[in-house]
Amino acid sequence: MVRSEAAQAEAARAARDGYGRLLALLAAASGDIPAAEDALADAFERALKTWPTDGIPRSPEGWLLTVARNRLKDHWKSAATRTGVPLDPARHDVLHLDDIDPDAVGDRRLELMLVCAHPAIDHAARTPLMLNTVLGFTAAQIGGAMAVPPKTLAARLVRAKRRIKDARIPFVIPDRSALPGRLTHVLEAVYGAHAIDWPIGGREERPAMAGEALHLAETLAGLLPRDGEVHGLAALICMSSARAPARVDGQGHLVPLGEQDPTRWDADLIARGHAHLRAAHASRVLGRFGLEAAIQAVHCARRESGQTDWDSLLELHRSLHALAPSLGSSTALAAVAAEVDGPAAGLSLLEELIEPDARFQPAWATRAHLLERLDRVTEADAAYAKAVSLTTDPVDRDHLERRRAQLLSARDQPGRA
Amino acid sequence: MRYALLLHSREPGQGEIDPDAITAMQEAFGAYGRALESAGVLVAAEVLEQQHASSTVTVREGALQVQDGPFAETKEALAGVIVIDVPDLDAALAWAEKCPGATYGAVEVRPAATSYINGAWT
Repeated sequence: MVRSEAAQAEAARAARDGYGRLLALLAAASGDIPAAEDALADAFERALKTWPTDGIPRSPEGWLLTVARNRLKDHWKSAATRTGVPLDPARHDVLHLDDIDPDAVGDRRLELMLVCAHPAIDHAARTPLMLNTVLGFTAAQIGGAMAVPPKTLAARLVRAKRRIKDARIPFVIPDRSALPGRLTHVLEAVYGAHAIDWPIGGREERPAMAGEALHLAETLAGLLPRDGEVHGLAALICMSSARAPARVDGQGHLVPLGEQDPTRWDADLIARGHAHLRAAHASRVLGRFGLEAAIQAVHCARRESGQTDWDSLLELHRSLHALAPSLGSSTALAAVAAEVDGPAAGLSLLEELIEPDARFQPAWATRAHLLERLDRVTEADAAYAKAVSLTTDPVDRDHLERRRAQLLSARDQPGRA
Repeated sequence: MRYALLLHSREPGQGEIDPDAITAMQEAFGAYGRALESAGVLVAAEVLEQQHASSTVTVREGALQVQDGPFAETKEALAGVIVIDVPDLDAALAWAEKCPGATYGAVEVRPAATSYINGAWT
């Protein structure tokens, strides 16, 4: 009984750590991810049956690979495959798999990640495909987190896998000239797992996927230890995840970053973030993710210093906005400029950078805060109303409504303000 | 200002959708309903029976006709109506964007031209 539980636990551990590694190896030769998944699922099933009685093998991953490899050979030799697919000896020769030494398994997950984020794969499918193939998440789990019906998501995964096989997207690491471009898509897909556009109520209810983005980013950093942007992304995810515990107070109210209690931030995650940031700096390349990570590090530094270095933040936000301008970068730049040069300067920058009719909630919320600080109460009230009307998340909405109510009560009772 | 969010989607066959998927979608709609309600923008929310349950009424020259079925049978059918009261189209779009129905069907955002409220048309 105890033995059986140990075997189950070991199989679960091998599944979590080794799934992507094994799948990458098994699928590389033929590009047939579904066949490799089936073979791997069979191997895990057999592990659960035989390990409790025969004991856990010395190399669980090697065992799983051998069994899965044999399953794949059977699959290719079967009549269905022989008549269904033209046999290409260069790709389908079973001897290819014999070259893989299960006890000296190389890590080929980077190839798999590059395949998942290949330009020929539908943009929307890249992040789910990576979560599915590299981490072994099911369509139902990913669909739940991303608010996509599991069936739609499963269909998207099937389509992408068929495309990988039929279009023969190669499992290779491109040469130095092509790698940076291809890697951008990989980083964006990993970032996508972190910055999921949450369904209503989802951010609080489904924290699990945030941890998986971190897992993907750190896996990638392990595979490409010298790449600055890869470490930048890992640092960014570590440090922004570190603050999650302080985001909402005991009553369920949102706590803005500036008012958060830094002792509630996760010190281990911040430390891991710093290690990645140091590696990013060592590469001497500072890209979008490296800059965003540096911004996060400045915020996290309040835990030690007790204050926020706004001048550095302004510098970093200027660089980020110059490198990757967006509505988000414009709003953040204006908000930080207001801390350094005052709310009037922040507001005029906001008005300069963002169209007055933009349907962008954070810009309206920032505008409301700045007008409030300038004592332009009527305009602030209108901006809060607009921001509230654009906010669907209950926690964010509650926060803005409370701020708006405070603004109005301060106006009505100026002596107490 | 009232807006109708008209949910259109293909009607699934019996047993076509996995029970887990149905539960997940019910949870998503539950969270959506709670958010609409707590925001104070909800007027009404109805998920409709499939088109086969529809009856269509016409009265022409005094003659009443009740026909089985929807007014127009389409592949993508009207599957739900959510009426919200929000300041403007931007806000209506913000809610439509978060409607779970938008992930498998289409959500049409249509402003009310006039509404009957408290005994009169606005």
